[in-house]
Amino acid sequence: MSLKFSPEAEKQIKEIIKHYPEKQSALLPILHLAQKEFGYINEEVENLVAQILDIKPIKVREVVTFYTMFHQKPVGKYHIQVCRNISCSLNGAEDLINYISEKLGIKVGETTPDQKFTLSVVECLGACEHAPCMQINSEYYGNLDKKKIDLILERLNNDTDD
Amino acid sequence: MTPMIKEKLITRNLEIENLYKIEIYKKYEGYQALRKALLQMTPEQILEEVKKANLRGRGGAGFPAGLKWGFVPKDIDKPKYLCVNADEGEPGTFKDRFIMTNNPHLLIEGIIITCYCVGIHTAYIYIRGEYEHVAQRLEQAIKEAYKNNYLGESILNTGFSLNLYIHRGAGAYICGEETALLESLEGKRGHPRLKPPFPASVGLYKCPTVINNVETISNIPIIILKGGEWFVKKGLPKDGGTRLFSVSGSVKNPGVYELPTGINLKDIIFNYAGGMKEGKELKAVIPGGLSAPILKAEEIDIPMDCESLMNANSMLGSSAIIVIDNETPIIDVLRIIVNFYAHESCGQCTPCRNGTWWMKNIVKRIFEGNGKVSDIDNLLRIANNIFGKTLCPMGDAASMAVRAILEKFREEIENYIQGKE
Repeated sequence: MSLKFSPEAEKQIKEIIKHYPEKQSALLPILHLAQKEFGYINEEVENLVAQILDIKPIKVREVVTFYTMFHQKPVGKYHIQVCRNISCSLNGAEDLINYISEKLGIKVGETTPDQKFTLSVVECLGACEHAPCMQINSEYYGNLDKKKIDLILERLNNDTDD
Repeated sequence: MTPMIKEKLITRNLEIENLYKIEIYKKYEGYQALRKALLQMTPEQILEEVKKANLRGRGGAGFPAGLKWGFVPKDIDKPKYLCVNADEGEPGTFKDRFIMTNNPHLLIEGIIITCYCVGIHTAYIYIRGEYEHVAQRLEQAIKEAYKNNYLGESILNTGFSLNLYIHRGAGAYICGEETALLESLEGKRGHPRLKPPFPASVGLYKCPTVINNVETISNIPIIILKGGEWFVKKGLPKDGGTRLFSVSGSVKNPGVYELPTGINLKDIIFNYAGGMKEGKELKAVIPGGLSAPILKAEEIDIPMDCESLMNANSMLGSSAIIVIDNETPIIDVLRIIVNFYAHESCGQCTPCRNGTWWMKNIVKRIFEGNGKVSDIDNLLRIANNIFGKTLCPMGDAASMAVRAILEKFREEIENYIQGKE
């Protein structure tokens, strides 16, 4: 198997495993780490994680397919996740979802051809006092309107560091 | 009308800058409760105070914390665990994020006292995956606590040791259900377990486990400092202390409000949260997170405590108040509710898995203008067939939330179906 974690990640994995009396408990944290390292979790990554934790690959697959934050396919550099739950909807989330979709020229669930943006809708993000809100990668953005979205997307679009 | 200023417990020092840093927290009574608990009190005395405080769980179920701790077997040769529930997935709820971001050491101090009381040496904070930025703040606070010998070996030279770890979820509402949380912590799908046995006797790794919400634990330091009797007076005799109300939706000032348990719902919305947004009128309120059955505008003159809301056929749940205005069609609210439960059903129990899926599709049909009036009774029948037939309370929550809307807003939905709007 050619796939490997970086030495830095391997160090972190060793540390994480120590937090639990049973190794399998480290599965979620290691999958988070794997997603950071490899971008998404395919069969090769699943096998690597299974080997590290000494569990069957199916145990990893079960978990990857259950939790919405793990991606089995590549997502764009910026993963835009707009809340569609109640407090955000009461404050116009639906319009914003359509607006972003039109602006990027993609439907919900799709990625732009340049692999820069993926658009998803998600359930409550727990930031309802700033509704409507969204999460891009790990960052939260609240009190959104079209103008604010224009500014955020423009900034991310101009960002050329890779 | 200006709202009366009420006494604050959890949010008492929140105006202080950088309270999340340990040196600032310590300046304002921080870790004094821990000193008192570990150096002057026995675990039995602590339990006694928490029982006197009538501290009911702030996560949703409202179970008294003192009783829960008391169920943990004392003489057992297995390790015991504490799992702090920071999954906060109930739509409309954001108070735990508020505590963890602004005052992480309050939670940590509460955790240490809880563990000392129950005889626990390993604790986990299970935090929802989306709260990565909050988890980072907690990590930092935990590091500081280790440096100050509040965590680790022989805390304050008492011989009592405790390790505390953060465990991030990965996007699954169901993991806020306590036994699903345990499964998730064990590295599995978040499938709720059959109860009994209850986690207090068979929990994490089949060992005795206490599971408490962030806000519940954050009340422990002040109970220790001021005593259970003092605490109970800040709320109601059977439901002590204050509550953090997350207020959102169509109000002028959405946010977290710490107010005495039992305060009137109308008062919270119209005085504390500034009333309705400009030009809007109140239509309905969901009083305890999305799972709590909806109240019509004329039903909101009600005290916010577990019992009063139960008597009104709703629930206090996570104290998340979602305010709905008169311009919002009720079918929109219903659609959001059924989509949510269909999306979040873990798939383990057929009534919930299939029932929520059918409800989603029938409501979609109604929403798109292809519904029949008989769909309403059909939805009620499905909701009734979920209720009481699932392993965990999520099925009941979906069922009750849908039933309340159909029963209270039947006419509006019928009119919508018949195009009479």
